[in-house]
Amino acid sequence: MSVLVYTESEQGQLKKTAFEVASYAKAVADQLGTTVTAVAVNTNDISALGNYGVDKVLNITNDQLTDFNAKSYALAIQQAAEQENSKVVIVSSSADSKYLAPLLAVGLNAGYASNVVATPSSTSPFTVKRSAFTNKAFENIEVNTEVKIVGVSNNAFGLVESMGSASVEDFSPSLPESQVKVESVDKATDKVTIADAEIVVSGGRGLKGPENWGMIEELADVLGAATACSKPVSDLGWRPHGEHVGQTGKPVAANLYIAIGISGAIQHLAGINASKVKVVINTDPEAPFFKAADYGVVGDAFEVVPELIEKLKAFKAQ
Amino acid sequence: MKILVCISHVPDTTSKINFTDGNTKFDSNGVQFVINPNDEFGLTRAMWFKEKQGASVTVVNVGGPETEPTLRKALAIGADEAIRVNTPATDGFSVAKQLANVVKEEGYDLVIAGRESIDYNGGMVPGMLAGLTDANFVNNCIGLEIEGETAKATREIDGGKETVSTSLPLVIGGQKGLVEESDLRIPNMRGIMMARKKPLNVVEPVEAKPETTSASFEKPAPKSSVKLVEPDNLDELINLLHNEAKVI
Ligand SMILES: Cc1cc2nc3c(=O)[nH]c(=O)nc-3n(C[C@H](O)[C@H](O)[C@H](O)COP(=O)(O)OP(=O)(O)OC[C@H]3O[C@@H](n4cnc5c(N)ncnc54)[C@H](O)[C@@H]3O)c2cc1C
Repeated sequence: MSVLVYTESEQGQLKKTAFEVASYAKAVADQLGTTVTAVAVNTNDISALGNYGVDKVLNITNDQLTDFNAKSYALAIQQAAEQENSKVVIVSSSADSKYLAPLLAVGLNAGYASNVVATPSSTSPFTVKRSAFTNKAFENIEVNTEVKIVGVSNNAFGLVESMGSASVEDFSPSLPESQVKVESVDKATDKVTIADAEIVVSGGRGLKGPENWGMIEELADVLGAATACSKPVSDLGWRPHGEHVGQTGKPVAANLYIAIGISGAIQHLAGINASKVKVVINTDPEAPFFKAADYGVVGDAFEVVPELIEKLKAFKAQ
Repeated sequence: MKILVCISHVPDTTSKINFTDGNTKFDSNGVQFVINPNDEFGLTRAMWFKEKQGASVTVVNVGGPETEPTLRKALAIGADEAIRVNTPATDGFSVAKQLANVVKEEGYDLVIAGRESIDYNGGMVPGMLAGLTDANFVNNCIGLEIEGETAKATREIDGGKETVSTSLPLVIGGQKGLVEESDLRIPNMRGIMMARKKPLNVVEPVEAKPETTSASFEKPAPKSSVKLVEPDNLDELINLLHNEAKVI
């Protein structure tokens, strides 16, 4: 009856969120007095999972799972949950996990709580806190089914080390041929993505044009951050759609969100409010973002950002 | 091609969010409701199929009579008919079960839902609906072409996009990018007049008890006010981020 956790990897390497969901699963397992079993798919090195509370890894190596496919992945995790008789299944909030979780919920006849920000406040009834209304409120929900699926919000729980080592078992799910075939993938593999990033540097219409994004990228580089933008910026085609954050764009739950030349309209704030620390750089002291921010600089981005880059470089070099 | 577009009836994006009854119920007082933005992209894409390739477009909502103005708006935008499943939308799974029943009764080649509703942000109805009806499923869909029984879809992935091919019947979870923002339509007078004559069928729900229940709501703790740093004192900003906030 262990808690099952799906630990994602990319090109054979475990993702940071894999360790976060493992840490979360360990906390839930402690509440329930049980162990943690991880499902890893086509992952080269799973040894580190033991350091985050995983007791056993079901290791899947399968050519049918080379490309991500929600149905096949959901079926593989379902079969693992059935084998382990798991009553709680933990996944992340990555695009892939959010894609597979509803299919898994149907397969396991399980209630699914997405965007969960804390460990259960009660395990009977099973009650978790999740963000709702695009971060304008939290909902405490009870999951009433025998099997429960919890989708943990990125960076909500963090990494918790708990020294140990995990036993490894090969696991071979039986999968039909996939009906959704990946034709091509277009992805910058060397860039930090918004979903995984601890720091996000975001630019708005105040930057005047796409030619001025060099300094945004440089600032992001210095900080190891992902770049993002407000909606009009992607609507104008200055930046790709995938970078637009907010209510209708991507949610950002970073540790640090730096907003440059962004007014802070309610729809933008809704999507980034889950970020822990917010810094705003804006010429207009009346910009609504200053009300939502922790730190602010009233100033011209074209002067402040280059200087901030230089100072951060010096700071990092120390 | 028969298309079903799932329409969620949600508070307008600028709404203040409040709760009543000891923080157990959403307070709809003074809130204006709209078509969920992700669904609006989907509805517009469905209209494109209707106009360019020939398709019938049905819109569906699971909810009480208060959602009918939202369905009428979808009809005014150009949908051919509307279905309201007469039961409150309690949780994602039970909504998906009601929708699955509509799909099974009527049979659709393509079901377009929004990636998530901007109220509860569950993000589960499209996937569950695909699972319950055994259709193919593409989430976070930002591009869709259909030729005969074959579909080519582009979906957003973390850090990029991916193109997949699949076949009908298909369910997609759509979002911004599925159509250009400039293509979104505002109902015009003719559309509104025509919408009055279009069928809005109320169907009774099937048995589907909720798997999750909202116990209570909370609002985020009020924020302390912003600390301003002078633009010529950025060392102070770095100091605060390093020593106080501990984020760099
Ligand atoms: C249904 C709906 C959904 C929406 N969803 C989203 C969403 O998901 N995400 C989103 O971002 N928006 C969304 N919007 C749009 C949102 O309402 C705002 O229009 C948008 O966020 C504004 O973007 P902005 O701040 O970049 O631009 P602007 O509002 O134009 O603000 C630019 C800011 O830059 C500042 N500035 C100008 N020059 C400089 C300079 N040299 N240095 C520093 N600062 C400068 C200005 O003072 C101003 O505050 C949505 C709107 C609707 C109606």
